[in-house]
Amino acid sequence: MEDYILELKNITKKFPGVVANNDINLNIKEGEIHAIIGENGAGKSTLMNILYGLIKPTSGKIIHKGKPVKFNNSLDARDCGIGMVHQHFKLVPSFTVWENITLGVEVRKNKIFVDEKKSLEYISDLSKKYGLEVNPMDRVEFLSVGIQQRVEILKALYKGADIIILDEPTAVLTPQETDELFVVIKELVKDQGKTVIIITHKLREVMAISDRVSVMRRGEMIDTVNTKDVDENRLAELMVGREVLLDEVARDKIDSSEVMMEVKDLYARNNLDMLAVRGMDLKLKKGEILGIAGIEGNGQSELIESLTGLRDIAKGEIYISGEKIKKINPLSMRKHGVAHVPEDRLSMGLSKDATIMENLLMGNQNKKEYRGKLNHLKKKNVRSMSKKLIADFDVRTPSEDVLIDNLSGGNMQKVVIAREFNFNTPILIISQPTRGVDIGAIEFIHQEIIKKRNEGVAILLVSAELDEIFRLSDRIVTMYEGRMTGEFKPSEITRQEIGLYMTGKTLREEE
Amino acid sequence: MFKDIFNLALLQHTIRTATPLILAAMGGLLTQEAGILNIGLEGMILLGAFFGVVGSFFFGTSAMGVGFAVLSGIIIGLIFAFFVIDLKSDEFVIGIAINMFAGGLTVFLLRSIFGVKGAFSSPKIIALPRINIPILDKIPILNTLLNNHTIFVYVSWILVVLIYIYLYKTAQGRWLRASGEYPEALETAGISPRKMKYIASIMCGILCGLAGAHLSLGYLKLFTEQMSANRGFIAMAAIIFGGGNPIRTALAALLFGFFDALGIRLQAVGIPSQITQMIPYGATVVALVVMTKRKINQTRVKREQINE
Repeated sequence: MEDYILELKNITKKFPGVVANNDINLNIKEGEIHAIIGENGAGKSTLMNILYGLIKPTSGKIIHKGKPVKFNNSLDARDCGIGMVHQHFKLVPSFTVWENITLGVEVRKNKIFVDEKKSLEYISDLSKKYGLEVNPMDRVEFLSVGIQQRVEILKALYKGADIIILDEPTAVLTPQETDELFVVIKELVKDQGKTVIIITHKLREVMAISDRVSVMRRGEMIDTVNTKDVDENRLAELMVGREVLLDEVARDKIDSSEVMMEVKDLYARNNLDMLAVRGMDLKLKKGEILGIAGIEGNGQSELIESLTGLRDIAKGEIYISGEKIKKINPLSMRKHGVAHVPEDRLSMGLSKDATIMENLLMGNQNKKEYRGKLNHLKKKNVRSMSKKLIADFDVRTPSEDVLIDNLSGGNMQKVVIAREFNFNTPILIISQPTRGVDIGAIEFIHQEIIKKRNEGVAILLVSAELDEIFRLSDRIVTMYEGRMTGEFKPSEITRQEIGLYMTGKTLREEE
Repeated sequence: MFKDIFNLALLQHTIRTATPLILAAMGGLLTQEAGILNIGLEGMILLGAFFGVVGSFFFGTSAMGVGFAVLSGIIIGLIFAFFVIDLKSDEFVIGIAINMFAGGLTVFLLRSIFGVKGAFSSPKIIALPRINIPILDKIPILNTLLNNHTIFVYVSWILVVLIYIYLYKTAQGRWLRASGEYPEALETAGISPRKMKYIASIMCGILCGLAGAHLSLGYLKLFTEQMSANRGFIAMAAIIFGGGNPIRTALAALLFGFFDALGIRLQAVGIPSQITQMIPYGATVVALVVMTKRKINQTRVKREQINE
């Protein structure tokens, strides 16, 4: 029998009406990188919250170094050397790095006062020891996401963590930052003897970093395997419970010479009146998917909002099918045949307090099929349209009268996509189509997007997920600080290279 | 006439009138830092003023008056915290409710305990002691200005410094600020934000109680209906003015106290009281507008131009 630093035995957690974790067994070896994968709602977060003492299991045992332990709160877990880096960082924005690291476990003098000098010394030792460079005096709100994550890791180490749980750590990082993080993780494990549990849904990263993988599905632990014994397809299959097509979706060869939408020298300001888009030129052609790759906050959102009429443009021109658009507002852009899947489904895409049917009607309300002579809604037609879209787009819901609020993220997204795709416009602008969506739904959404492309629709795609850009795009444009830094065919460039263009390298520099 | 208005007595009066504002503003500042907008300061002050009189009248010492005022502050602070933190009621509504409740309760108790309407005053009410600092006696201007105030004047100054130290130098103060800005961070650090919010709320009640006791026992030895006279709201303005800093908040309270004192001075030279009574409130509105304008100008980034 092997020695485990942490064992979860028959853990069950029931919430009213749901079994979030059903009879889970999980063993963690000391000094390993253990990945836990599963779709949204598979119960990963619940399990980790149990492990970190934030949730108490309904039944089951936790065994730490051979001894049974009970976690009533996160302090108990911390006493066993368990630290957690949450997906959404738990940092106080206006506090400095050192204040955040020491929060709750302050170095004190005279019992009540915080000893700033000693704290700083301690943190600088810590950051040297683990090779995690930070400036303790920086205020957290001004730091990049990558550095904030470093602060979170330091926080866990400061509190004496030997077992570090990382919850979706790469969700917000660039490829370069991800690489850096993986180096840090490997050093922590190899040189410092720490144990790392990493929760993720990115299979490529699981393959790259973990020693073993545990797969969860619908609250159950499906299997734990050695990473070297499996491949991505096998893991996806375990996760979803059926075979998943992770390979290329069939693309028809189509004539894409016709330019559907052209953007010339476009400038746009962000909400702080700074220029976020600085002279973009784009040509969007029929039957192609043009992917825009970039780190979030480099003007992609403002670009999309300009093109859909949601944001005033500071300068520049937009042409659709060769015609210059004079009046740019959401209504006129839609009339010119631009449909838009916005980046944030909850704030821009849907009304969460309205039903699925009502949401599907939005934008269609003036069509003859749905609006009668007395300005009343033709409910029957609306209902049959909703039923059809729900079936076509595989929205999992008992009825079309369910409130959006009660749907999972994936199903919400399917509702937005169903509505926008149903406009049958020649141009589609799609932003972050699969953010926070499970792998089954991702697969479905990707197929729908490619179907649209095969029908000859011109598609502009913005995504923070580089994998998605690579998988879907016919052409990739990189964006950095509001400018285009390069244009590539996905087959001609690697993720690492494109990462450089996303952080400011330009094609011109190369020449 | 100018001399009748702008003289040493005006400044001395400023210090006196600013004291309840400072105390209440410190209380409100603590709840604000803990992430609670407390517009119930007004009612808390009024309760403090009333129970200060009750304690002082029945026990014949000002200490018991203060004790009662503090106790009423603790209780109302707990009630406020219970509704806002545990029952998650809207803090705005609860704040208004406390103000109305305090207004009604004090009128009711005034009648049922003392059998009077409108105001209650009695020689049996013992005022707060005045502090004489012997060294100051010999310095002419400072003596008039700073000496022989009631004890709360000096207490409020010390409290400003203590609260500054508490919020920015102690571990608990840090937790209190974290509980307001990002409670999840505190919670994952193993400290209950709820507890910190309760502490803030109770301390706020106590400080408002003191502010009230200063009103009713400081100089006047009486309680009148609605005697808090919107000082709770002026204190809130001072908090906004101070931007989270106790020292700046206290200075803002001092400024508003000045206008309060100015109003009273102007009355003495024959300007109708209906006009002079508007001065502190008018000044507060003007100050807030100026302040907000300046803030907007500071944060506004210059509109970036397109350069080819």
